[in-house]
Amino acid sequence: MSDRSALRIVVLRVLVVSILLTLLGRLGYLQVAEGDHFRKSAFANRVREIITPAARGQILDDRGLPLVSNRTDLVVSVTRSIVRSQKNKGADVLQRLARVVGIPADQIALLITPCGEKIKKGPPAVIARSPNCWNGSPLQPVPIKSYRADDPAQVRPVLAIEEHAEDFPGISAQYAAVREYPQGSLAAHVLGYLGPLSKEEAAQAKYKGRPSGSVIGRSGVEAVYDDQLRGVNGVQRLQVDLNSTVTANLGTVSPIAGDNLVMSIDVGVQKAAEDALAAGMAAARKRFDKNRGKSFPAPKGTAIVVDVTNGQVVAMASNPSYDPSLFVPRITTHNYDVLTHTPGDPLINNATQGLFSPGSTFKIVSTAAAVAAGKSINGFYPCPPSLKVGNRVFHNFEGEGGGPSIDFRTTLIKSCDTVYYRLAYDEWLHDGGTVNRTDAREVFPKMARHWGFGTPTGVDLPDERRGLITDRGYKVRYWKANKGPGPEGKGINYCQGAKTRPKGSYLQQLDQEFCTDGYRYNAGDAALFAIGQGDVLVTPLQLTMAYAALANGGTVLEPRLSKGLLSADGKSYSVQKPVIKGKLPVSPGVLDYIRSALTGVPQPGGTAQSAFAGFPLGQVPIAGKTGTADVLGKAPTSWFASFAPANKPRYAVLAMVTEAGTGGTTAAPIVRRIYDAMYGFRGHKPLLGPGGVLPSGLPVVRPDGNIGPPGTRVPRPPKLRPEIESTPSGQTQALGQLWLDSRRSGMAQ
Amino acid sequence: MTTPDWSTPRVSPVPLRPREVSLRERALDRTSPLRQLDWILLLAVAALIAVGGLLVWSATRQREISLGLDPQAFLKKHIINAVIGLFLGTAAALVDYRALRAYAPIVYVASCVGLLAVLSPLGSTINGAHSWIILPAGFQIQPSEFAKLAVVVGMAMLLGEKRDGESKPRHSDILSVLGLCLIPMILVMRQPDFGTTMVFIFVILGVLAVAEAPARWIAGLLLAGVVLGVGVAPHVLKDYQLARFKVVANPADKELAKGVGFNVNQALIANGSGGLWGKGLFNGSQTQGRFIPEQQTDFVFTVAGEELGLVGGGGIILVLGLVLWRGLRIATEATDPFGRLVAAGVVSWFGFQSFVNIGMTLGIMPVTGLPLPFVSYGGSAMFANLMAVGLLQNVRMRSREL
Repeated sequence: MSDRSALRIVVLRVLVVSILLTLLGRLGYLQVAEGDHFRKSAFANRVREIITPAARGQILDDRGLPLVSNRTDLVVSVTRSIVRSQKNKGADVLQRLARVVGIPADQIALLITPCGEKIKKGPPAVIARSPNCWNGSPLQPVPIKSYRADDPAQVRPVLAIEEHAEDFPGISAQYAAVREYPQGSLAAHVLGYLGPLSKEEAAQAKYKGRPSGSVIGRSGVEAVYDDQLRGVNGVQRLQVDLNSTVTANLGTVSPIAGDNLVMSIDVGVQKAAEDALAAGMAAARKRFDKNRGKSFPAPKGTAIVVDVTNGQVVAMASNPSYDPSLFVPRITTHNYDVLTHTPGDPLINNATQGLFSPGSTFKIVSTAAAVAAGKSINGFYPCPPSLKVGNRVFHNFEGEGGGPSIDFRTTLIKSCDTVYYRLAYDEWLHDGGTVNRTDAREVFPKMARHWGFGTPTGVDLPDERRGLITDRGYKVRYWKANKGPGPEGKGINYCQGAKTRPKGSYLQQLDQEFCTDGYRYNAGDAALFAIGQGDVLVTPLQLTMAYAALANGGTVLEPRLSKGLLSADGKSYSVQKPVIKGKLPVSPGVLDYIRSALTGVPQPGGTAQSAFAGFPLGQVPIAGKTGTADVLGKAPTSWFASFAPANKPRYAVLAMVTEAGTGGTTAAPIVRRIYDAMYGFRGHKPLLGPGGVLPSGLPVVRPDGNIGPPGTRVPRPPKLRPEIESTPSGQTQALGQLWLDSRRSGMAQ
Repeated sequence: MTTPDWSTPRVSPVPLRPREVSLRERALDRTSPLRQLDWILLLAVAALIAVGGLLVWSATRQREISLGLDPQAFLKKHIINAVIGLFLGTAAALVDYRALRAYAPIVYVASCVGLLAVLSPLGSTINGAHSWIILPAGFQIQPSEFAKLAVVVGMAMLLGEKRDGESKPRHSDILSVLGLCLIPMILVMRQPDFGTTMVFIFVILGVLAVAEAPARWIAGLLLAGVVLGVGVAPHVLKDYQLARFKVVANPADKELAKGVGFNVNQALIANGSGGLWGKGLFNGSQTQGRFIPEQQTDFVFTVAGEELGLVGGGGIILVLGLVLWRGLRIATEATDPFGRLVAAGVVSWFGFQSFVNIGMTLGIMPVTGLPLPFVSYGGSAMFANLMAVGLLQNVRMRSREL
């Protein structure tokens, strides 16, 4: 062999060695350096998780009556992977199913198609992104239609699916829990509703561990207490192969039922509040408004009852309302459109999400502020029919005069505005008038904040509004943000409007004034503030809590709708403790004086005397204040805020109706009806128990799963029959069946 | 290495008398074929076939079970293939050199006819490759595997003819070799089987190199190959073939990952998740879950990577390396050009095919339908590979005789 040939063989040897090293190096790199990554991929490949939803906790009223419970529906579901493994990709199966459930087969096919998958049906390729596509796991059974399990006429045809299982591979008709509202639309705003979690939301950190397509609380306490109500889902881990055929069960974790939420809402009082509110609004709509030449529209209203000792909300009514069962199992686009376009915004909770000027009900704050500014609570103040403040003349309501010199008691009972104009004007002058003095003490806005206005109450409901308390600093900030386009272009740009609007027009003049002088805190601003008009906006719940603070001796409480949580078996529970938001910087003597003055309002000579005519005030003394808040271009907002019994306050009751006239004519009668029902007057059976209070403590869960009112004895468990299997293990069984089904069909492939 | 001792005359002082020699003595005699065999090579090949049997078994048992068939069916067929291959290989090892030269044209023509038949209506497509002829009684044959053998022997014949005082092949020899290879290459390319075509090219390069062809020829052929690959292949290759190259270039491409890249990704996951010791035979989730198509043939290495880990997979690579190393040793020791060129051709064939096959399961080579020698399931490949090993042994025994 020549040297040259030998050399070439050496080259081949080098090539062989380098090939070996390349392969070994690459294999080592993949298996050792990147091993974790590939092991994760392999796991994701082979393991599919099927979620067994936990039974969602019930929502109970303070006595254990169900406000939201779970109904068992017969739900027809389709497991797509099994159906697709049949002949013709399951077209025959879907045809048979279509005849049973009465939904066209092509529509069912769309319902079970995972969102984002291409629908191969001629060009152009359509991607399933409609709201009808399935955004859960492809292995999860997709619910197609649900039937009331207690209606034999509905259930009978569906049972054919289970009876002829061989004709319906991959189709199941199983019992599943959905939300039910035994009290109808009662307290709908407070309870809220459920909705499916979208794919985008499921990716967010706050929804960690929740698969897309699972239902979550979307509003009300369903949203706030979602974590506690939903429990812990069970999971079944299945090993699958390339065709998603199940090859092994890797383990099952049973679901843990969610806790029951016990609300402070009392079904009786809530019903009374809703009925009284509806009746009051209906009455207002029949009343003729002589200022506008038509009857009052009264589009929105709210009525609230709060326990002043602990901040528990006993009733919270908002009108107009809606039927929460529209959201079960999921709301249709049509129904949602109807709800969002109904006048009065039925989905809005007026108690926490509506902002209104409080009118004269705000005078308890102004009285406390006047005292804080150095005025005597026992002093006498002039109440002329009108008062010139700055360059504007402010009138008393409907031009009444109270006399040359009256005390705060008479001022509050008669609701004299000019007294407060004067007090506010004095303070305004003291703080520098239109010049913002750096040492301005701003007694009125500061006092309002102490009473809980301008900040959220902290109620356990989502999307609460904070209201508006305007002071000198706020005016400057607002002016800077809105005179021009603002730092991020979000400003209103009044100066632009001053230039572009038709010269001399009303809006042009307003814009011009704001552009040049908008930062000034005018005397008029201060005067209107003191009577709860102008730039004071509150939520009805804020005002209720202010009256509760007045009633309980000066403690501002955070309102709570939860009384506590009760585990599904009743063995463990937690009780909601009162949460203190702040203390009023007002002396007990002043609070006493105001409380005592307010008892005169429902009495003869007070602004609410007609509403409380015939009410046994001697038995249950009521302290309250009417409010009639002017709204530009509309009928005034009618308010009545109160508490009872005035000598030993327990409940604060408030009613508000927009565009409904004076507080005494519309709101006060609503509150009176609520008191009638609570204390059992005018033919009502009293809703309050002995001592004029609602039952305290949590309801009890009896061994049979039924719930009894607080304080009842737990009877011994009956030993006659073995216990019936509970729902969660029943669901697990059903899933086991599914697993067997899928295995069987896998074998047949 | 045992070299014959020439120092003492072989002529016996006493007259030789024919003596009864026992079979055992004959077998252990220095000149007996058994003593001349390369046992290391044989053991390495046997080990690969044995491991291959286990891997094929593991890759196919789940599917067989799900179809209600015998889970060991593929293992049994693998063993039968190996036994038949053993006979064919023994025949190739024992056949006389001269006879081999006589047979070579026949083998060459037969395989070209076979390749033509594949393109005729007799051919059929299995798993996307149109490279099969279905025979009666459930047998299939893949002529392109035998064509590799024919090309190796044919080239060795053309270039291995001794000429007086000449060792370098002339240009005309090279041209005639290229002509010889061109026919099966074109036929294979028409199937289309890009992988086997590439095997031919590397066999040509290896044989020419060892045949002392001028370096400019080899460089020129390499260059031509590159030009062909880059310039012509995109026009000739089918879309799916091009996609296989693109996957190697962009493993992260989502669109590719759904189609062609699916196999590659699943293969990478299988190999990568094996770790140092593997998940244990029959315990790989990727393998037992049948996530890798064609796992018992082209992707058999992923079974080793997943279930036997770096130890098992690396072991297979090293044993394959041993086979190549022994093959090159046989080429070095060959006393005649023909034997050396046969050995060089076989090593080029096995080496290229092993590298591309394992490389594609590791994501560094495009997906081609090339089986892993001795390990992958497949009769035609097993027969051709074992016949090639037989030829290596033949060359070695011939080198020892002289």
